[in-house]
Formats: sequence, C-alpha cells, structure tokens
Amino acid sequence: MIVRILGEGQYRLDDAAAPELNRLDAELQAAVDRNDEAAFGAALHGLLAAVRSHGSLEPPDTLSPSELILPPEDASLTEVRKMLTDEGLIPG
Amino acid sequence: MSVMKRVSMIFRAKANKALDRMEDPRETLDYSYQRQLEMLTKVRRGVADVATSRKRVELQMNQLQQEQGRRQEQAMKALGQGREDLAREALQRKAAVQTQLNELQGQYASLQAEEEKLTVASQRLQAKVDAFRTRKETIKATYTAAEAQTRINEAFSGISEEMGDVGMAIQRAEDKTAQMQARAGAIDELLASGALEDQVGGRTDDIQAELDRIGAGSDVELELAKMKGELAAGAPRQIEGSANGDANGAAGADRAGAAPAGGSQAQTQAQGPATTPAEPPRAGEDA
Repeated sequence: MIVRILGEGQYRLDDAAAPELNRLDAELQAAVDRNDEAAFGAALHGLLAAVRSHGSLEPPDTLSPSELILPPEDASLTEVRKMLTDEGLIPG
Repeated sequence: MSVMKRVSMIFRAKANKALDRMEDPRETLDYSYQRQLEMLTKVRRGVADVATSRKRVELQMNQLQQEQGRRQEQAMKALGQGREDLAREALQRKAAVQTQLNELQGQYASLQAEEEKLTVASQRLQAKVDAFRTRKETIKATYTAAEAQTRINEAFSGISEEMGDVGMAIQRAEDKTAQMQARAGAIDELLASGALEDQVGGRTDDIQAELDRIGAGSDVELELAKMKGELAAGAPRQIEGSANGDANGAAGADRAGAAPAGGSQAQTQAQGPATTPAEPPRAGEDA
C-alpha cells in the first residue's frame, strides 16, 4: 500500500505494517479528540516515524494515488482539526 | 474514523468532484494538465516570495548586529569617562537588541526551512507533471473515451493528490511569511524611527547625546592640555627661531611656487582662443 506524508512524499509499505499503523493512528485520533496538544505531537511523530521506517520512498514520477494520507510532521493540532473538517487547508 | 483515513477521504472527494465535472473524461486530461502548470508556476513564485522574506530578515539581522556593536562602543566610551550609569544603560539596550536578534534568527531558520520544503515540493510536482503529460498523450492516442476512464481516473487521482499537497505547502508557507512580515515591519519601523538607528546627538538616542556632550567637553580639556604641553616644551626652541624660520620659509616658497603655476595656466588658456594678441603681454611678463 502507498501512504503519503503531506509535504514529504509517498511511501510504499508492506500490508503487514497495517496493524501497527492503525494502532498509532488510533492514538493520534484519541489525542485529537482529547484536544491534547502534547500527546498529539508525540502520536503524530510516532506514526510518521513508523511509516518512514517500514516504507520506502516512491519515485516522484509515479502517479499512483495513496491509500492513506497523513498530516505533515510540523502540523499543529489546530491545523489537523481544520484538515479533518474539510475546510481551508486542502485547496480546491 | 481515524485521522489518516479521514484525510485521505477528503483528498479523494476533492479529486472526484473535479472528475465529475467533465463530460468527456479525456477532457479532464487537458484541463488537469493546465491546472498542473499553473500550480507549478504558483509553487515557484512561492519559493521566490519566501526567499525575499528571508533576505529581508537577513538585512534586519545585519542592522541589529551593527546596533549591538554601537551600543558596545558606547558602553566602553562611557566607562572610559567614568560614567558607569551610562555604560549600564547602553549595555541594557544592547541586551534588548540581542532579544530581537534571537527572535529574528528563529524566523530566519523557519523561513529557510519553508523555502527548502517548497523547493523540494516543486521538484516533486515537476516530476509528476512530466509523468502525467506522457501518460496523457498515451491515453489519448490509444483509448476510446469509455476505455480511458479507469486509466484517467488513476492518473488524475495521483496528480490531484500531489496538487493538494503542494497547494497546502504553499498555503502554509504564505501564512508563515505573512506572520513574519508583520513582525519584520515592526522592526523596520523601529529602525527607521531612530530608536535603534545611529543618530549622532539625535533626539531619540539620549546615550549618544550624553556621550557627545561629555566627549565635546573632554575634547576641549584634552586640547588645552596639549597646548600647555606644547608651550612648555616649545618655548626654548622658539627663542632659537631656526625651526620656525625654516617652516615659514618653506611655506613662502610654496606660495611663490603656486603663483607661477597659476600664471602659466592663465597663459595656456589665453593662448587657446587668440594666439597673436597674447604675444605682447607674455613678453612683458617674461621681462
């Protein structure tokens, strides 16, 4: 599967990595729900690190869409909230 | 639903909405390619804008560093004059400038990072746009509208995801730049108002004014002391008269030397327009 980290590029990962990514993603979601900035930063960092360590960077000229898309490393909780409500951050 | 799934869905929904607008899917290819080229222009402009902001911050950092050096000199001067109070004040202002410098250094690093990110993003988009162009021509040449649909959808989703990503990167860079420009504007105003700028004896820089006042006073004292010293040391020599006499003679010779030089210049000027009438006065001068 292909996972995109926004602002960074696309990674190709083995499907076997999915359970770990889902677990980390759930942590991230929980932090967003609790509005917990510190936990959010740590969870996002952990999730992105897992994608990078399990995946290999796709060449930039591939046109395949990603199955999963993740916020950029330096995204704030507010930014991610905006992203999730489909307003503002992702242009047209 | 999870964060990554929701973000992906939002991206996909945007791509699908654009696709649905097209009657003939092959139309999508050309339309999308145009938008890609526009986005490439936009991201390159973004890089240039961030670079401009970064250079502005750099310039301000230089100005503030100069200001620090000036405060340091003032402090030294004030201490030399035994004015510790004034030296302390100068050092306090130097520290205030340092605070601003630190902030600017942070901004500079942040702008540099944005510039780098956008540069990489533009390179990535360029690679994808090139790939899309090739794919577009293949699809158009080989497939009927109906057959092309799946292939177009895939290429379109892939590129539109990249466009969304780059668009977001540009937006974030713009936001950061705008924040910093507001702060940079405030520092520019401060520098222009003279609060930080070097203004010798200026209204705003009271430390410099005070130093100049003390400085002027001590200059007079210094000159007086020097004159007294010269008088004391020079008195016997004046009686001998030789040194002064020689000097006067030399000055006289200089003045005498200057006169003929001026005269010959006048001659050459006179010689220019009329040669014959100039002859008699020149002969007179020679005699």
